[in-house]
Amino acid sequence: MSSAPKIHLKDVRKAFGDKQVLNGIDLDVAPAESVVIIGGSGTGKSVLLKCILGILNADSGVVDVDGTDVTHIPASTRGEVNKKFGMLFQGAALFDSLPVWENVAFGLMQGERMPRKQAKERAIETLAKVGLAASVGDLSPSELSGGMQKRVGLARAIAGNPEIIFFDEPTTGLDPIMADVINDLIIACVRDKGITALSITHDMHSARKIGDRIGMIYEGRLIWVGDAKTVDRSGNEYVDQFVNGRAEGPIKMQLRR
Amino acid sequence: MNFLALIGRVVLGFLGHIGRLTIFAGTALSHCVRPPLYPRLIGRQMIDIGYYSLPVVGLTAIFSGMVLALQSYTGFARFSAESAIANVVVLSITRELGPVLAGLMVAGRIGASMAAEIGTMRVTEQIDALSTLSTNPFKYLVVPRILAGLFMLPLLVLVADIIGVFGGYLVSVYKLGFNPGVYINSTADFVQPLDVISGLVKAAVFGFLISLMGCYNGYYSKGGAQGVGAATTNAVVSASILILITNYLLTELFFST
Repeated sequence: MSSAPKIHLKDVRKAFGDKQVLNGIDLDVAPAESVVIIGGSGTGKSVLLKCILGILNADSGVVDVDGTDVTHIPASTRGEVNKKFGMLFQGAALFDSLPVWENVAFGLMQGERMPRKQAKERAIETLAKVGLAASVGDLSPSELSGGMQKRVGLARAIAGNPEIIFFDEPTTGLDPIMADVINDLIIACVRDKGITALSITHDMHSARKIGDRIGMIYEGRLIWVGDAKTVDRSGNEYVDQFVNGRAEGPIKMQLRR
Repeated sequence: MNFLALIGRVVLGFLGHIGRLTIFAGTALSHCVRPPLYPRLIGRQMIDIGYYSLPVVGLTAIFSGMVLALQSYTGFARFSAESAIANVVVLSITRELGPVLAGLMVAGRIGASMAAEIGTMRVTEQIDALSTLSTNPFKYLVVPRILAGLFMLPLLVLVADIIGVFGGYLVSVYKLGFNPGVYINSTADFVQPLDVISGLVKAAVFGFLISLMGCYNGYYSKGGAQGVGAATTNAVVSASILILITNYLLTELFFST
C-alpha cells in the first residue's frame, strides 16, 4: 500500500463474557479506498465498526485513525475524532422524535453549531443528492419506507462531509432494485468524492459493486482479504462457500436437530 | 454449595448494579455542570414533566386533600378535636402526601416514558448514532431529563400543596360545615416555612431519582421490545421504592429531634 493507511487495525480483540467476538483483527484501509467486510451473522462485523468508532472499547490491540491511536482516547476527545466519520446504520437509526431534515442536519447543528436555517438548507441539498425531494424533509422518519429511511441515513452520514464512512448492512431488507439504488448512491457519494469507506454486508452483489477490496471475517479473524474482482476465485474454501451461498462446506451453521 | 453460589451470584449482581448506577449518576451530574447544555431540550423536558403532569398530580392532590379532611373528621370527632382538621390537612399535604404522591404519579408517568424512549433509542441504535454524530448521549439525552426532573418536581409539588389544601377546604366547608375564614386562618397560622420547604426539597430529590432511574434503565436496556418493556417496569418500580426509602430518610433528617 503506497500511502499511509487512513484506518489501521492491529490485533484488535473484543470479548463479551466467554465469547471471543473479535480474535485479532489486522486491517489497513487506504485513503479513498472502499473495503467491504463480509461474513455470516454474529461473526463480529458490527462489533468491529463499533470498536473503531469508540462505541465499544476493544479489549486489546490498536486502532489508528490517520496515524493517531484512538483505541482508548477519553470521551472528551472522541467527539472530535468522530467528526471524521459518518455512519449508515443497518436499520438507519433515524431519530424518530425529529423530522427528516433535522436528522440529516443533526451533526451540523449539534456538532458544528450551525444555525438552524443554514443547516436546513444544507439538509435539503443533501437530501437531493440521495434522490429525495425537499418535501420529504418535513416528514417524520416513521412515514418513510425502508428504502427512503436508508437514503435519509445515507444523507445524514454524508451531510457533515466526513473523511471516512461506515456502512453497516446498507442493502439488508431492501428489494433488489432499491438495493442497487443504494449501491449506486454509495458509489456516487463515496467513491467519486474520494471518501474512505468501510462497509460490512452479507450481500455479495453489493460487496462486489461498492468494494475495492473485500475481506472475510470468520470466528473473529479476517481469514481472507483481496481485490473485490478476485473474490470469486479466492482459493479459500470458506470464502467460496460464503460467496456461493452453499450450506455444505467448512463453515458449519449451529442448527439443533 | 450451589445454594451458596446462587446467593453469591445474586449479591454480586446487585452490587454490580449499584456500582453501575453510581457511576451513571456521577457521570450524569458531572455533565450537568459542564457545557454544552441543550436549553431547547431542557425546556421540552420541563414542559413534559411539569406542564403535562399537572392534571394527574392536581387530581391526585385534590382527592388526597378531600379524603384526608373526611378521614380526619371521622376520627377526630370521636374525641371532639375537629378543629385540628385544617392543621392535619396542611401538615400532611405539605410534608408528606404532596411530594410522595406527586413523586409516585410522576414516576409512573414520566419515569416509564423516559425508560421506554431511551430504551427504544438504545435497541434501534439511535444512541450509537448520536455518538457517531459527535454528540454525547449523556448530554443530549440524560442531562436535560435530570435537570428537568430536579427543577420541575418542586414546582409541581408547590401546586399540589395548594390544590391539596384546597381539597381539604372544599370538604371541610361544603360538606362538614366549617367556617371558611376560620379554616383558612387556621391553615395559614399553623403551617411553617419548614413544612413547605422540606416538601420541596423532597420533591427535588424525587425528581432527580425519577429521571435517573428512567434514564439508567432505558440506557442499559437490552434486546428488543421485551428488553424495553423490562426497562420501563424496572424504572417505575425502582423509582417508586427509592422515593419511599428516601422519603423516610429525609423526614428523619428534617424532623427528628
